[in-house]
Order: sequence, then C-alpha cells, then structure tokens
Amino acid sequence: MPILEIAAKYTTYAVMAVILVFALGVVTLRNLFHCALCLAAALIGTAVLYVVLQAEYLAAIQILLYVGAVVTLVIFAIMLTEHLAGKTVRQNNSQSLPAIAGLLGFVSLLTALILKTPWPVTPTALQAKVLVMGLGKALMGDYVFPFEVISIVLIAALIGTVVIAKKDQPEEKA
Amino acid sequence: MIILPLPHILIFSLLLFAIGIYGALVRRNIIGILISIELMLNAANINLIAFSKYTSLAPETGQIFALFVIAIAATAAAVGLAIVLALYRVRKTVQADEVHLLKW
Amino acid sequence: MTITIPPTIRGIEFSADMLFVTAKAWILTLLGRFLPDWLIVLASITISGVVILCLGPLIMMYLTLLERKLIGRIQNRYGPNRVGKWGLLQPIADGIKMFTKEDIVPAKADKVVHLLAPIAIVVPALMIFLVVPFGERMTAVNLNIGLLYFIAVSSITILPIFMGSWASRNKYSLLGGMRTAAQMISYEIPMTLAVVPVIMMSQSLSTNTIVLTQEGSYDMNWFIFTPWGIVGFVIFFLCATAECNRPPFDLPEAESELVAGFHTEYSGMKFALFYMAEYMNAFTLCGIAVTLFLGGWQGPFFPSWLWFSGKTFVLICVMIWFRGTFPRFRVDHLMGFAWKFLLPLTLINILLTALWQFTSNLAAWLWSILILGVSLWTLVKLNRTFVPEKRHYLLES
Repeated sequence: MPILEIAAKYTTYAVMAVILVFALGVVTLRNLFHCALCLAAALIGTAVLYVVLQAEYLAAIQILLYVGAVVTLVIFAIMLTEHLAGKTVRQNNSQSLPAIAGLLGFVSLLTALILKTPWPVTPTALQAKVLVMGLGKALMGDYVFPFEVISIVLIAALIGTVVIAKKDQPEEKA
Repeated sequence: MIILPLPHILIFSLLLFAIGIYGALVRRNIIGILISIELMLNAANINLIAFSKYTSLAPETGQIFALFVIAIAATAAAVGLAIVLALYRVRKTVQADEVHLLKW
Repeated sequence: MTITIPPTIRGIEFSADMLFVTAKAWILTLLGRFLPDWLIVLASITISGVVILCLGPLIMMYLTLLERKLIGRIQNRYGPNRVGKWGLLQPIADGIKMFTKEDIVPAKADKVVHLLAPIAIVVPALMIFLVVPFGERMTAVNLNIGLLYFIAVSSITILPIFMGSWASRNKYSLLGGMRTAAQMISYEIPMTLAVVPVIMMSQSLSTNTIVLTQEGSYDMNWFIFTPWGIVGFVIFFLCATAECNRPPFDLPEAESELVAGFHTEYSGMKFALFYMAEYMNAFTLCGIAVTLFLGGWQGPFFPSWLWFSGKTFVLICVMIWFRGTFPRFRVDHLMGFAWKFLLPLTLINILLTALWQFTSNLAAWLWSILILGVSLWTLVKLNRTFVPEKRHYLLES
C-alpha cells in the first residue's frame, strides 16, 4: 500500500517540524510554565518518532519517565519558585546574538559532516526487530553491570534530593 | 515500515540539540537552563535510537543506552531542581546571574 | 429479510461470543466491494476509533447515573427518577444543562492554557481505551507493550491537571492541582509495581496475552486465585481508586477544604470534560484491573464481552460503594499509606511471585500466606498511628 506509506513518511516529517517548533518555544517563551508545557509536547513528539523507528518500548518509557516524571518535577519547581500572577521578568540574558552566531557555525559544520559521511546503513539492521524480551535479556545479561550502577546512582540521587530539598530543621530547644 | 534516510534524522536531532544549547546559553532562569539540558539529552537519545535502528548489528545496544540516558536525565532533573529549591529558599531568586556570591 | 454472510468471514462461526467482531468484519467486507485496499485499512481504524469515541462519553454518562442511583440507595433515598423511566434520560438532561451553561473564564486567567486543559485531559483517558480487551479479539489495538502503554498514557493525566490549576490563577485550584500531582505520582509507583507480578507470570506486556494466560479449566485460572494475585489486585484497585481521585482518596477535590480543587474555575462544558475524563479513567482502570487479575474476558458459559463488562461493572460498583462508605483521608495519611504501606508490600509481593514461579503447590500456598501475613503484620505495626503532639497555632501580630 504505497499511498499509506508515503502519507506516513510525510507525517513523520511533519512530526519532526512540530517538535522543532515546540523546542523553539521551550527556549524562547517568556512564561516558564508555557516552556515546560512545550517541553512536554516536544517529548511526546519524540516518543512518536521512537515509534516510527520501531522502538515502542523506548517510546513508552520516554512518556512515562520524561513526561510523567521529569516534566512534572519541573512544573512543581516552577510552581514553588514563580509567583502566581508574577511580574514578567526578563528571561534571557544579553548573549543571544553571539550564541546564535556560534550555533549557526556549529550546525552548518555538522550538517556538512553528516551529509558527507558514508553511513554504514546495514539492511540486516533495518530488518531486525527489537522485542521487549530481547531488551530485558540484554539488560540482565551483557549490560547487567551498568544496570546495577544506574540503580545505585538512582538511589544516591533519591537520597541526595531529599537531603538537599528538606527544610533545615530549626535548632532543637534544650 | 517507514524508512527515512538516516541523515535526515541526524540533522533533525542536530537542530534539536542546537536549540537546547541556545536555551542553556541564553536563559537566565535556572529552571529554564535545566529544561534546555533535557532537550539536549533528548536529541542525543534520538541519535542513539536512530543509529541502533540503521547501523548496528546488535540493535538492543542503542536502545539500552537511550534507557540509561533517560534514567540519568531523570536523576539530573531531580537533583538539579532540589538544588534550585534550596537556592530559592536561601536567596529568594532563581535567576542564574543573580547568584554571584562566589563570583568576584 | 436475510443477511448474506460475506465470504471472508465464513471462517468465523456466528456466535454470541463473536457478535461485535463479526459485525465489524461484515461492515468491512461490505465496504470492500467498492473501496480500494488502503482505504479499507483506514476504515478499519475509523470503525474502532468511532466506536471508542462514542463508548467513552456513553460510559461516562451512564456511570454518573449509576453512581447517583447507587449512592442514593446507600443513603436510603431514590436517586434521580424523574427524567425518563428510572431516570434513564437523566444523563442527557445533564448534558443539555452543561452545554447551555455560561462558560466563565477568570479575567486574570491564562486563556489558552485554561482552554487547552480540559481538552488535553480527555485525550489520554480516551487513549487508554485502545488497549483494553473488551472481549475475545476485541482489543482495538493489540500492542505488544499494551500494559506499559497504559501506564505511560495514564501518567500524562497529571499534566492537564497542572495546566488547569495553574491557568486558573486561583489559590484553591493551585492547591488542588499540587495535591493531585503529589497523590497521583505517589500512587503510580505502587500501581506499577503491583502490575509487575502479572508481567512476570504471563511473560508478556500485551493485555491480550495476559488474558490468554489466565485461560484454564472452565476459563477460571484467574490470577486473583493465587496469593500474590489477590494482594496485587487489592493494591492495584486501591491505587486505581486513588489515581482517578475517587473517595476516599478525593483529597484533590475535597469540597470542605478546597472548594472543588483544580477545576474550581471551570464551568459548563469544560467542567463536564474534566468530569468525563474522571469517569472514563475510573472505567478503564477497572477494566485494566479485570484484565490483569480477574481473567479479563475469560469465564464459562457466557460470551466473552459479557464476562468482561460484568466484572468491570462489579468493580465500579465497589468503587461507588467506597464513596458511599468511607470518610476522606487526611493528606499525610494518604501519602504515608502509599509510601510506607503499599510500596513495601508490592516489593514483597514481587519476591513472592518469583518464588511462586518455581513451586505452586499446597506448601507454596501455605508459605506465601505465612510470608504475606508476617509482612502485613509488620507493616501494620510499623505504620501504627501515633497521636501527635498538640499543635499550637500562634497568631502573628
């Protein structure tokens, strides 16, 4: 069914464009809450892209962890630090012109590199399908050490976060 | 199955990464900087998954790396935002250029 | 009048079990006579989509009626019975009322986000319907990561609540939104962990496969008939009740403290959308609980979809019963219950399931009951309430 395939292909390009627009929103909008919402939208769009790349498991994890957890944390922080009907503060510093100039150079250089590199696209890899079972086996087999290290890092971060964010106890009265 | 050319995906993630860098450089608000960093990590993830799909012979590898990146991003966000909250409690500001006690 | 059976579905025998599946196949073959192949694919998607889009609001409408009737009976009164026979047209009257109400937006509100929030909250609620197996071969999309999809999509629900509460520029909305977010994040963790034993035993994330593994003699090999299954089910059901903010976990909308929580500033159709999402979530969460622990569509004698809807109906009635019976939790009790009681219990349950995978005889039963009993007793002892020091509030002068 070529019509459906072509439609899907251009839909993917459209999704990419939408992600870029939302990403621009993340870095340019003045209201931080809107930025966080744009971030959520961009991340959901990325999850769609993962589905296109046949990484459904990663797409679900992306939504669960990024949208469900990270964005929620960010919004919590925004709510705790911004004033509800706050005055509009300047959100950008005065370095945007040099930043844009440098980034244009960076992007054009890397684009040229990407287009010149002969990527070793292997047809076998394109056919291969990653199943959740395979991911699990890899996590428990080859990658069991990084997996354990990550869990230790997570525990450390959890405890550290609690310690940092906890209100200082007032000195105990004698 | 949809097959996009690999360079298109790479250029897309490059643009996303560049936008992230722009945000990290230009934002004054620390939370804004953190959000931009999340964007950059996300762009890196897209690359990892694209490579695992297109080139690798062990396609799990890229996805597992992406998994680890997501986990690290979550910890980074949690610790970073905790620091922001602690900072806000002490200094009543979250603007990066107003926190300059150690800067001469 | 005779209905000619299309040739492509001759393979499926006509039975009550396959009623809806056959109906869809019949429509598709009818369309196939004059539509190209690729449009048939779209048509198939459209049929499932339209059915779900109609099903969601319909379920919501009649759940409200059911709830009002049941609560009425619990409180020894009749409930709505004026509009139509047994009040059956009451939801339609409510709908008309909601549509014609004035839509009020606070002057200081963040207009765009305020508008987007109720729309955004309905989308994930409807999206979960896609993986609920309503009957044999009646899952709209049989994803191989269906369960993970459900967990991921239901975690998005927090975002619209934040949007609504922030955009309203109202302290009650904001407080309600914060409470909702804290509650939903906290209860999501035990809920996800309560699901893990099911994944371990069925070795699949697909909702369809999970139901298929609960097939057995008389189709009654449900997961709830195992020690880990019943603990997992109870935890999952409690967390589900908390996830859709229903009593006794309705802290986010506690009328006596927060006016109406995150949807204080919403009226008319926007308010109805929040309500709709809540009821659809209640339905899908019950449906998923049925799928995971109560054997989904499995059961003897009756058609599969009837079994599924019957079990879901029972669970929803239990939720309503909760509402009619229990008083509301206190905020710190609510959080403590999730983190200090449910979370350790789910972890123990996962270990127990790992044991169960090797031996599942009578001795294993006794051992699991012993382990669960001891851990339950320990947790209750550790969590016992202590009377806090009397707090004195000093008025600031």
